[in-house]
Amino acid sequence: MSKNGMNLSAVPIGESVQIRTLKGGHHYLSRLASLGFTPGAKLKVVQNYGHGPIIVTLRDTRVALGRGEASKILVDRLE
Amino acid sequence: MPTSSSSLPELKNRGAEVLAGEVTLTVALAGQPNVGKSTVFNLLTGLSQHVGNWPGKTVEQKTGVYRFNGTTIHLVDLPGTYSLTANSAEEVIARDYIIQQRPDVVVVLVNAASLERNLYLVAEIVPLPTKVVVGLNMVDVAAHEGMNIEPQVLEAALGVPVVPMVASKNRGVQQLIETVDQLARGEIPYQPSIPEIRADHRQVLDGIHRLVADCVPELYPSEWIALKLLEGDDEITTLMREQCLPADRWEQIHEILMAHEDAVLAIASGRYDWVGRMIRAAVTRPRAGQITFTERLDRWATHPLWGLLILATILGIVFWLTFAIGTPLQELLDIYVVGNLAAVATNWLAAAPAWLQSLVVDGAIAGAGTVITFLPILVIFFAVLALLEDMGYMARAAYVMDRFMHLMGLHGKSFLPLFLGFGCNVPAVMGSRIIDSRRARLLTILLAPLVPCAARMAVIVFIAPIFFGRAATFVAWGLIAVTLVVLATVGVLINKWILKGERAAFIMELPLYHRPNLRTIGIQVWQNSAEFLKKAGSLILVMSVVIWALSTLPQGDIHTSYLASVGKALAPLGALMGLDWEMMVALLSSVVAKENSIATLGILFGSAEGGGLEASLAGVLTPAAALAFLVVQMLFIPCIATVAAIRQETKSWGWTAFSVVLSLLLSLTGGILTYQLVTALG
Repeated sequence: MSKNGMNLSAVPIGESVQIRTLKGGHHYLSRLASLGFTPGAKLKVVQNYGHGPIIVTLRDTRVALGRGEASKILVDRLE
Repeated sequence: MPTSSSSLPELKNRGAEVLAGEVTLTVALAGQPNVGKSTVFNLLTGLSQHVGNWPGKTVEQKTGVYRFNGTTIHLVDLPGTYSLTANSAEEVIARDYIIQQRPDVVVVLVNAASLERNLYLVAEIVPLPTKVVVGLNMVDVAAHEGMNIEPQVLEAALGVPVVPMVASKNRGVQQLIETVDQLARGEIPYQPSIPEIRADHRQVLDGIHRLVADCVPELYPSEWIALKLLEGDDEITTLMREQCLPADRWEQIHEILMAHEDAVLAIASGRYDWVGRMIRAAVTRPRAGQITFTERLDRWATHPLWGLLILATILGIVFWLTFAIGTPLQELLDIYVVGNLAAVATNWLAAAPAWLQSLVVDGAIAGAGTVITFLPILVIFFAVLALLEDMGYMARAAYVMDRFMHLMGLHGKSFLPLFLGFGCNVPAVMGSRIIDSRRARLLTILLAPLVPCAARMAVIVFIAPIFFGRAATFVAWGLIAVTLVVLATVGVLINKWILKGERAAFIMELPLYHRPNLRTIGIQVWQNSAEFLKKAGSLILVMSVVIWALSTLPQGDIHTSYLASVGKALAPLGALMGLDWEMMVALLSSVVAKENSIATLGILFGSAEGGGLEASLAGVLTPAAALAFLVVQMLFIPCIATVAAIRQETKSWGWTAFSVVLSLLLSLTGGILTYQLVTALG
């Protein structure tokens, strides 16, 4: 696992990462949490074209999230 | 399937002993979105369900009754939510209901194919003071995805009854009800495993619990209150601070909370740790790494280019359906149902005074006609919306459109309803209910009437060629473009100045694609149509009669009617746009239905025949005035049916009035600007 975390929005297609931290207010954090985004959760980026929203899979679910939202999620590379 | 009516005779046959043992249970149905909750609810209650609103809220409430072996079950469908934090009205409704109304059993439906995330809601519900049954739905999909789940093991781990089911094939639903019945009667032991907060925050939680334990409001469990405070839950925080806790006690708690603002993640992590233990126990084979059908389809459906093309194709088919099936049906209904009704009424009222005849035929029946002829198009749109939603495609459409809707502070989900507005604004307004956030829904409703509908296009197609000859096509496209620019601008402005507040974060589940359930779609279409007929229908009828009265009274002639007086009073305003009073009356009459302005002009200029009217119009209007007229027509007050739909969906006369005044101001400003600019430029 790399020492430097990166923004989820910068993770290329097909890569698996683990969530380190999430930034944002209570509302935003609890919405993210209810869809499975918590520190330690593993996810895989399914779609990321460098612009527009991205798609990830985590906890048996496909989730679409906006680029702005994704950039508030700090992740570490797996493997 | 026994429904309330079919099981009645059975009850009578069994005689007194069954009646003596009869039990009435209240059962709430909870679940995250996309778990097949409405399928289960529809299976159990059929068409006997009651659709209303949650008290004091604009969220739909469905209830129904199911009878079984002498047990009467009152089923309450809780809103589909991912969690029970006070993030939305739906979540507050769901948990308030469970805590305050104390249903005998809460059935939490989970989607076996996304078990991990679905159990999160179970983790939120088991600490509440109620008994829970987990309905493990879509086990067939999970198996297809390569997962192997053992329901008995899950049941043992959860300490809560688990019933495997495939609701779309009506498998396991009977079992679910039997389990609910046995659990309520205390025939099944109930010892749920309760999730705990992540270890590093346990002491903090205990500290808060000690501070609140003797001050919690009645019915609320004190541990839960402490947890919600630590989670930063707005509703519970306000409740405790303002109604329950002494000021000094609140100060102490507040200090702890400020020092642990990240606790929300510790609590969520604690729940997922609990979920993880359940999953490790019960899922003997996790989802294989194979590429699934959904993944393959999504490569196209969510692609930035192909996704847009697929969406465009689907929308093309929808409009083709509307015009190929809806419009002819509309005409048939108009001729046979409305026409015959009018003929019968005329016959009947032959001896009655002329005004009464006119009231019934031109007022009431014409109004009812508007309602009836709207139905085919509405049914088609409702069916398409329900079908796309049920198949799981709707989330993809929202995904590919999100970039564009973003600019107006809207989500991708607003795109589809707004787009339907090109056919007719009524389904656009009603379709807005697929949007989760109340703010985005309201904004969509306010923008929907600005989408140029087919009826307005018909007016353009009639008038533009008279004045602009070959350039008519460009004028028509130009008008559409201008309208859409106005729509976008209004969207940006309302978003910025009126409906302030954060655009809700764009986080959306992309459910697995699956075969549509015709029963679910059918019931939804039926309910939406029935609701339109009942609520909007009566309003349309009343407004039609009022407009009829204005255009007929006092002498039975539109030239001398109140409407004409209003038109004449508005003449100075019309002069700014180069329009005389007849044109103003035509605009006013378009409020009944947009295409009416042509018919009204026909009557006013005494030349209902097409060619004659065209010549008269060319005589009274300059091209600049004609253009101004078309601009006003495009942006004018929405038709009665749309206004009724806005009222029905917003449940607020205030927002309805806002929408009417907004379009009035926009259209007049647009008309005056157009006329003055075009005249000035020559």
